[in-house]
Amino acid sequence: MLPDLATVPPTSIRGRLLAHLPPVATLGPLLALFLAGAFFTSQTDRFLSGSNFSLILQQVMVVGVVAIGQTLVILTAGIDLSCGMLMSIGSIVMTKLAVDSEMNPYLAILCGLLVSTAFGFLNGALITRVKLPAFIVTLGTLNIAFAITQIYSKSQTVSGLPEALEFFGRTFRVGQTAVTYGTVLMLIMYLVAWFVLRDTAPGRHVYALGNNAEATRLMGIDTARMLLVVYTLAGFVYGIAALLLVARTGVGDPQAGQTDNLDSITAVVLGGTSLFGGRGNILGTLLGALIVGVFRNGLTLMGVASVYQILITGILVILAVTTDQLSRRKG
Amino acid sequence: MTEPRPTPILEARGLVKRYGHVTALDGADFQLLAGEILAVIGDNGAGKSTLIKALAGAIIPDAGEILLDGKPVRFHSPLDARRQGIETVYQDLAVAPAMSIAENLFLGREPKRTGLLGWLGALDKKKMLAEAMRHMQSLKIGIRSMKQAVETLSGGQRQGVAVARSAAFARHVVIMDEPTAALGVKEGNMVLELIRRVRDRGLPVILISHNMPHVFEIADRIHIARLGKRAAVVNPKHISMSDTVAVMTGAKRPEELPAQALA
Ligand SMILES: Nc1ncnc2c1ncn2[C@@H]1O[C@H](COP(=O)(O)OP(=O)(O)OP(=O)(O)O)[C@@H](O)[C@H]1O
Ligand SMILES: [Mg+2]
Repeated sequence: MLPDLATVPPTSIRGRLLAHLPPVATLGPLLALFLAGAFFTSQTDRFLSGSNFSLILQQVMVVGVVAIGQTLVILTAGIDLSCGMLMSIGSIVMTKLAVDSEMNPYLAILCGLLVSTAFGFLNGALITRVKLPAFIVTLGTLNIAFAITQIYSKSQTVSGLPEALEFFGRTFRVGQTAVTYGTVLMLIMYLVAWFVLRDTAPGRHVYALGNNAEATRLMGIDTARMLLVVYTLAGFVYGIAALLLVARTGVGDPQAGQTDNLDSITAVVLGGTSLFGGRGNILGTLLGALIVGVFRNGLTLMGVASVYQILITGILVILAVTTDQLSRRKG
Repeated sequence: MTEPRPTPILEARGLVKRYGHVTALDGADFQLLAGEILAVIGDNGAGKSTLIKALAGAIIPDAGEILLDGKPVRFHSPLDARRQGIETVYQDLAVAPAMSIAENLFLGREPKRTGLLGWLGALDKKKMLAEAMRHMQSLKIGIRSMKQAVETLSGGQRQGVAVARSAAFARHVVIMDEPTAALGVKEGNMVLELIRRVRDRGLPVILISHNMPHVFEIADRIHIARLGKRAAVVNPKHISMSDTVAVMTGAKRPEELPAQALA
């Protein structure tokens, strides 16, 4: 006699099949990546080659790692505008200490990592303790980190790096393609992040926090502490990106990192993670970073001037965000 | 003057909570007895939500004491109250919409796997799915897949998830703040039925509701909140709905009620 809450129709065969396929969210970016590749292959014969793929991978490894930190932050429904500059300051600290101060290179790397991490902690502390919006806080630290980078380096490029700082730029061959150790590190970081976000309690709590912060707090999860950890961890990840950047370019460049803010956000959103938080998949971000890399590379090969590339990435991110917004409205 | 009563399961004495100039609780008393459904009613702003938030550890009262099984307790966070077996369904549905039913049920107390993966922190998703299914079935909530995202459910089913979560983990008390407010007639009745099933398991339930027919249908006793205090506790079997509303709005003083109407 007891009324049951309305039942859901039994899972169909199609439904069961779909459950085993990668989520639709990752199919979109995969398709976009494929289309972009096909387009550039048709436009320039230099695109489809092993050596060009090596180049793309090397370019992607930096923004790809930055985008890991950015994904964590965006999943909590936050945003990190400072990521490129936190990477930049880390790379200058590493190279200046190792070259100009002749510090032990490993110690110098550690110091660079610490500085990026400390800035991430600062972001997190201001957001959780002073309760400022992430947008404003990271806009502030972006400028602070940029200014300190310029002052400390006197806007001079640091060259003549010791070997230890270049390790992740070295390559080994897989068939035609030269792969850097940095790319391998990036892939390992993605796998670890994927596992943690998908299979562990802290990872699921990041999603829950982005979904409904108050509900997550009421379930007894210390959301303020979680946010602090996420922003700090993101800072550390930008520090690793700094190490890869230095290894790829072979110099400490105080002007680096300026495109990585927007590129990382583009990668995250193209990868299907919602800017509203709580939804998305970190492996999608890797695809998103590849799309950004393929675009930048293909447009360069086609001889498109860099101003137009900036224009196109700008349009790309707005398109991606619009799709995200529209699909939420429907759902 | 009154006969000796059993020790209340949950009791509050003289709770005070101020928000700036607003006094949400102004010396509120509260008693929940074993195995009962206690309805808490009152006008908007009477302090009902604030009262149960204090009992659930979601806010810390400025003054007053809370006793669980007759022993004083202090909750500094919702987790403290949950550790004592008090589970709450909040007014504004506390669920993570994009996450699955199973994940919502276990949010904050996910079981870990054994072995290496467990050591690495991996959750036991199979166990979560199976146990979620068991809980939902024991409350006769018919949802086939525990992997479904909560946002794909109807309002009543979502409420069912929130109620099932509290019922599954509560060892002492279940608190529900307007669980039927956003629901249609049919779904509201289903949730009432669910609340009865929880009580029939032996768990006392605190139910906040503005819906007088619901309250009179299901409550064993009715706590009337007014101006941050407890105005009276009445027995729905011996008082009319209109008298209850009169006390609630201040049109009638509790002393004017017949003695048997008070509980
Ligand atoms: N976080 C807060 N900040 C400021 N004032 C608050 C806060 N929470 C509650 N109040 C105030 O305290 C008083 C009691 O609020 P409470 O939410 O407990 O009422 P309620 O009885 O649950 O009302 P309703 O029936 O509308 O849910 C109200 O005047 C309210 O405005
Ligand atoms: Mg309320």
